[in-house]
This record gives sequence, C-alpha cells and structure tokens, in this order.
Amino acid sequence: MDAPITRTLEPINTGTSVVGITYKDGVLIASDTLVSYGSLSRFRSIQRLVSIGPCLIGASGDYSDFQHITDLLTQKVDEASFHQDGFQYTAPELFEYLCRVMYERRSKVNPYWNRVVMAGSKQGKPFLGCVDLYGTHYASPTVATGYGEQLAQPILRKEWHPDMSLEEAHALLEKCMRVLLYRDCYTINKVQFARIGLDGQTTIEPPAPLTGTRWEAPLTITLP
Amino acid sequence: MYRTAYDSDVTIFSPQGRLYQIEYAMEAVKQGAATAGLKSNTHVVLVAIKRNESQQKVLALDQQIGASTAGLTADARKLLDFMKSEIMNFRWAHESQIPVNWLAVEVSDKSQKRTQHAGSRPFGVGMLIAGVDSQGTHLYQTCPSGNYFDYYSCAIGARSQPVKTYLEKHYKEFPTCSREELIKHALQAIKASQPDEELDTTNCSVGVVGVDEQFTVFEGERLLPFDEATMNLERHQ
Repeated sequence: MDAPITRTLEPINTGTSVVGITYKDGVLIASDTLVSYGSLSRFRSIQRLVSIGPCLIGASGDYSDFQHITDLLTQKVDEASFHQDGFQYTAPELFEYLCRVMYERRSKVNPYWNRVVMAGSKQGKPFLGCVDLYGTHYASPTVATGYGEQLAQPILRKEWHPDMSLEEAHALLEKCMRVLLYRDCYTINKVQFARIGLDGQTTIEPPAPLTGTRWEAPLTITLP
Repeated sequence: MYRTAYDSDVTIFSPQGRLYQIEYAMEAVKQGAATAGLKSNTHVVLVAIKRNESQQKVLALDQQIGASTAGLTADARKLLDFMKSEIMNFRWAHESQIPVNWLAVEVSDKSQKRTQHAGSRPFGVGMLIAGVDSQGTHLYQTCPSGNYFDYYSCAIGARSQPVKTYLEKHYKEFPTCSREELIKHALQAIKASQPDEELDTTNCSVGVVGVDEQFTVFEGERLLPFDEATMNLERHQ
C-alpha cells in the first residue's frame, strides 16, 4: 500500500523572529538560537543564520523546512559553480528563485512554513529581502519576521538611516532583540549576528548572551 | 545513392571511426549563407549575408543576447525557439538574463542528443551566439555535432574561409576596438565571402550588443549610417 499523501498542516519545531537592516557597508541580520517545540524551549543552541554562496539567509517558522530550503539553495549555487565559467548567482537572483519556490509550494497547498530573510548585495548596493510561506516578497532596508514584524519593525523604521556604521547597526539590532526578549514568549537570551559586506564577504558571529537587559521589579526602576 | 554503407544512420560508425551523418550535417552549415562575429572588450558584432532580402539571419533573443545562423532554416528556427524559451525560463525564475555560456551549453546539449539516437538526424545548423553578461562580452559558435567554441572572432557558412582569414589577420586589434571600428571590421570581413558583389542594404544584416547597449539588429535603411564608416556599403538602387 502506498502511504497517503501528507502535507505540512502546522509547523512543529519553530524558530522565532529574524531581524535585518542594511548599513553603509553591507547588511546585518540577527536572530536568537532557540528552536521551540510548541511552547517548549526544546533546542536552545541552533544556528538559524546560514551563508549560501553570495548571500546570507535566516528564517523564522518551521526549522526542518528551513533546512530543506538551505539544501535547495546550496544545491543550486553548487550546480552553477560546476559550469566553471566564473558565473555566480547574485543575491537578488537567488531571492527571486526562492520566491518562485515558495509560491510553487503554497500552490500545491504544501508550503514551506517559513518567513525567510535574504541578505546580499546588488551592483555595489546592499540587498535585503523577505519572502513568506505564500511567496509574498519584498526588498526593504529594514526587515523583521514573526513577532519582530510587530515589535522590531517600528523601531527599525524609526531609527534606521542609510549611512549607518556597523556599530550603529549592531546597536540598533541589539535593541530590537532586547525588546523581543522582553515581549516574545518564544525567545531566549542567546543571540547571533551575521553580516554580509558589499564584496560578498560573510561573517557569522558566534552566538552570545544578550546583554543590557534589566529584570528589577518595576517599583525600583527610576524612570528618566 | 549512398556514398558508403555507413551513412544511413547517425549512430553507425564507419570502419575509419567517422560518423557520416554528422559530417553531412556539418556540411549543411557550410552551404548556408556566411555569417561572422567578433568581439571587443565592450561590444560584440554579428554580421550575416542574406541571399534573400526577407531572410532573417541575425536575431535578437534577449536584452543583451543575439544569434546568427547558417544552414537549414527550419532547424535554425527550432533551435532559436528553444533558446528563447530557455531565456524566458531563466528570466521568470531569476528576473535576470541567462549567462551566455549557459545558453551555448543548452544548445550544444540539445544538438548532441540528436547525434545519439538512431531515427533522429542532427540539426543542420551552425550558430553564432553573441551576448554580454556579468562575465563580459561573449561570442560562441555551436555545431550540429554538439561541439561549441568560445571565440574572439569567428565565421561560418559558405565561402567563410576568406572571412576567417581576414579575422585571423586582424583579431589582435579587436579587444580595444570601438563600436564603430568593430562594425567596420565586421563588414569588411564578411565582404571577403563575396568578392564579386558589393554589400548593400538588401544583402546583409548586422547585430550589435554592448556593455551598455541592448542587442540591436540593423537591416535595410538602418544600415546606411554605417556606410560612411565602411565605404564599401552601397545604397541599393
């Protein structure tokens, strides 16, 4: 007997928000290292930011679907390199491809249950895009997925400016991760930053505890 | 009417190790009206002889890709349609232009398949593919045998040997040529294939693509601006 056709009806092991911004020399993205099983903080040290060829990707949503997407894109980048003609996909080209894949899967009513952030560069300018499980996509200098869309995006839009230095960008994303840690139930205080320069150079920082959080009882906080 | 007993089928080797059907197909390319291509660091130019004014020898396929053909017209159209669909598929998936090299590989793979099965015949068409992509300017030649070659300059078709001789003599100048100089070289080169007849607005066709220029086909009256540059292009009476 053939097994019945099965579809992803709900995500199982899930990652929460990914936030990203462009800065003057590239793109910086951040996420925590938690993969939840329902409301259980099941895997607490999982990298959700990955470097693939000319781009960096990160995703919230189902972690196994994200692994599958990572494999798909890696395979595509590898196949291009087999031509040995010096050609490499640009980040926007891979992004468009990913959008087609996401839309194809939603059309089969079997979506990759993710919101994927892709970072790279395009003709000497930073590129940052986002695609969801329906294939809806856009490119923007500030991007946030999951709860970040509600909690981080307003902060990013307010404080982002095009000639940000890496330090400023880092501080801004840290601030967002702090807000998310306070307000999003499915986070932990172990976060990871990754950046990609205009030359395509990627740097994935090791996960580190999020600092600068305050946990005193409200009465003892002196308001500014 | 067979030349030998070994040429009735594309998959049968002769005792000398030759595949006659493929050689005949390569021969069909040499029967077609000549076409030549050459490239500089910034531009690629295709030029072709038209035996008939309405013939389409040079075609734009994408923003910065074009091709010219020599051989069986019907086969050429089939390959060109295939190339257009490959180009469209790549554009649909990536919102950008296919690398020129990949297109040449796709065409040669398709041609090679036709040399592999009994019951099919090889394409009787040779092609020059010109284009610009992130890797720079490109000129490829494809053959019915499934081979493809990357060239600085190249000519195929009837009486293309004198054209090749011209190109071999001058190819070292090409990399630094301006657009106009390259077109002039192209017209002078192709003229070598018909020493007894002047080029005019009805018997040739030029395709130009550049780093900052889309692939454009120049035919008929649109060739006249090149007249002054070449001094050998006579207005058709």
